[in-house]
Amino acid sequence: MAVTDIKAFCHLTEADVEAIGRELDDIRREIEESRDESDAAYIRRSIKIQRGLVVGGRVTLFASAFPPAWVAGTTMLGLAKIIENMELGHNVIHGQWDWMNDPEIHSSSWEWDTTCPSEQWKHSHNYMHHKYTNVVGKDTDVGYGILRVTRDQKWHPINLGQPLYNALLASLFQYGVALHDLDMEAIRKGKKDKRVARRQLKQIGKKVARQAGKDYLVFPLLTGPQFVSTLTANATANLMRNLWSYMVIFCGHFPDGAEKFTLEELASETPHEWYLRQMLGSANFKAGPLLQFLSGNLCYQIEHHLFPDLPSNRYPEIAERVQAICAKYEIPYTTGSLLGQYAKTLRTIWKLALPDRFLTATADAAPETASERGGTIQSLRLAG
Amino acid sequence: MSRAAALRRRLATPAAGGLPNAHSEVEPPPVKQMGLLRGIASRLTTPLLPDDYLHLLNPLWSARELRGQVVEVRPETDTAATLVIKPGWGWNGSYRAGQYVGIGVQLRGRWHWRSYSLTSVPEHGDGTISITVKAMPEGFLSGHLISGLEPGTVVRLAAPQGEFVLPDPPPERILFLTAGSGLTPVMGMLRMLHRRGSMPDVVLVHSARNAADALFRDELHEMAATWDELRLHEQLTDDMGLLSMDELADVVPDWAERETWACGPPAMLDDAEGLWKRSHLTGRLHIERFSVQLDGAGGEGGTVTFGVGGKTTEVDGATTLLEAGESVGVMMPFGCRMGICQSCVVPLLGGSVRDLRTGDVRQEGDRVQTCISAAAGDCVLGV
Repeated sequence: MAVTDIKAFCHLTEADVEAIGRELDDIRREIEESRDESDAAYIRRSIKIQRGLVVGGRVTLFASAFPPAWVAGTTMLGLAKIIENMELGHNVIHGQWDWMNDPEIHSSSWEWDTTCPSEQWKHSHNYMHHKYTNVVGKDTDVGYGILRVTRDQKWHPINLGQPLYNALLASLFQYGVALHDLDMEAIRKGKKDKRVARRQLKQIGKKVARQAGKDYLVFPLLTGPQFVSTLTANATANLMRNLWSYMVIFCGHFPDGAEKFTLEELASETPHEWYLRQMLGSANFKAGPLLQFLSGNLCYQIEHHLFPDLPSNRYPEIAERVQAICAKYEIPYTTGSLLGQYAKTLRTIWKLALPDRFLTATADAAPETASERGGTIQSLRLAG
Repeated sequence: MSRAAALRRRLATPAAGGLPNAHSEVEPPPVKQMGLLRGIASRLTTPLLPDDYLHLLNPLWSARELRGQVVEVRPETDTAATLVIKPGWGWNGSYRAGQYVGIGVQLRGRWHWRSYSLTSVPEHGDGTISITVKAMPEGFLSGHLISGLEPGTVVRLAAPQGEFVLPDPPPERILFLTAGSGLTPVMGMLRMLHRRGSMPDVVLVHSARNAADALFRDELHEMAATWDELRLHEQLTDDMGLLSMDELADVVPDWAERETWACGPPAMLDDAEGLWKRSHLTGRLHIERFSVQLDGAGGEGGTVTFGVGGKTTEVDGATTLLEAGESVGVMMPFGCRMGICQSCVVPLLGGSVRDLRTGDVRQEGDRVQTCISAAAGDCVLGV
């Protein structure tokens, strides 16, 4: 839908939108004012756990030829990579911990344990994705440039391969993320400055070499005759991280109910309307304490999109207040079990491999995103 | 002292030193083999450095950021204490008496940076350093430093710097003119001369409110008793009143023939500068200021400087620093322009800026988002 249709979609008046905006501003202010040593202790503890797991995993894998050690080492290393990417890397690079003024836990200095250079991530994710969330044609996270996830993206025969691309993207997710900011589509269309692209490619190449060198050469060599078993362990740990981060991220914006938006009238969007778009465009999933930690608190995707730079450990309390606001103003708050949300995501990806004429629902009434182009919004909403 | 010099003083904060990125190389270690070892080890720890793991075992085992551990907090007076700090890896140990060190302490989860003069003697003793902190009535951090730090507390350090030092060899005749905590850098110099066992002809004119408030009183008296060359004039101002510069000649008749180092409250230093200037002796006066307020600090708007010695522009309190930089053609990093993406974060090298969303004031040493911050007085950005 167009940004200007959001109000009608949610049955909100201008005054409501302002009131919601003020309430959300208040949440931000209160959280910012109450950040203290317990938050600082949380991130430091998370870092300790993560680095402990790295060391534990790497050391255990010096016996990688022994199957139980392979399993234990791989699990520890996989968990460490997951925590580093989600709770640490993603959130630190968002500036969630910049308030601590700690040069070692800061968005401007954190380099994360994945092939995507932090600097490029900040552009493609923090800026393009978080500012233009779910705006088709602007936010390249909508389908990651290779998947059709809304009927507003035109079908092309190449989309028939979507189930396969999706599986590949999931397995090689860190490389997909690394190439994301290059924006292949822009390069193909000749819209991208070649020098910028070359510089970015060089930066990616360097990081890939270091990352791959560590996991597939240096550590396997160190374990001597166990080269192969260490290599498979490290590859498995990377795969674990890829699948998990892919799943968490895809469940954030592709399950049914996470709306997509059109470019029209985006320029005139106010900060309070931006809040609304974030709420409608994101989806949470329900998680216990462990999944919550391993998802980097991205099970609170809605709260993360409202306040991308507030400390992740505060999202649970923010979520209670956001849900209260949503209930009060009858705004949809999309959530569900992780598997349920992922099943819906997968259904959309597989289904939209086909052209629209094979699909029963119209673009305006599709389950994956209730209304794309507006027009019949009111009736849709009434029809539930 | 000029404003540029004042700024230098304030640049003791880590922002000025350049904070190493995780992927950047650390300072070349003193021993070449260490460098090689570190290079190999960092292949294993990439994108982190070995230090990022080691400091979790021992907080001092990191050269990525200078760290120190408080060994002792020694009360000096009711409102002052000396912190003895053991520096960690990466501290090369060299500094000169009279220099100051940046120290960062964590309070309510946030690191705060201040600069203090070193009162320990360089290249002497057990490798610890010391600073002496006097609690300022309005200074929440100085109060925390003297009463809130337990031995074992980990602090951050910035490399020592400062021009307020004695030449080597020192001049034959010296006047030290100090007041309050302004004695601290001079104490470093006196201790160094004392330890070296060669005291030139020195007069120390030190002002303090009263005997109980005077720093290092017993030690100074002992030193003066040891050295005929060292004369001490104590101005206890509760009883004797402030020492005006007109009276300086009464206390030190040959002041004009002495090379002078002065440190104390701004008013005293301004007066001293006036006297030396009138006497055409400016070149013989060395001054250290502790609390330099950049003009209009904390107010609205001001002069923004982009990089030390870089372009400047006057702005009001509503113009963002990003807009200000772009208006004068500075290549400012930018992203969302709405405060969420952190692409525009730069270190604040001096002065203060205001977060336009919350009204919070950020100080030097902080890193600030230029797209949602405006000048709160004059400030310098590291771009």
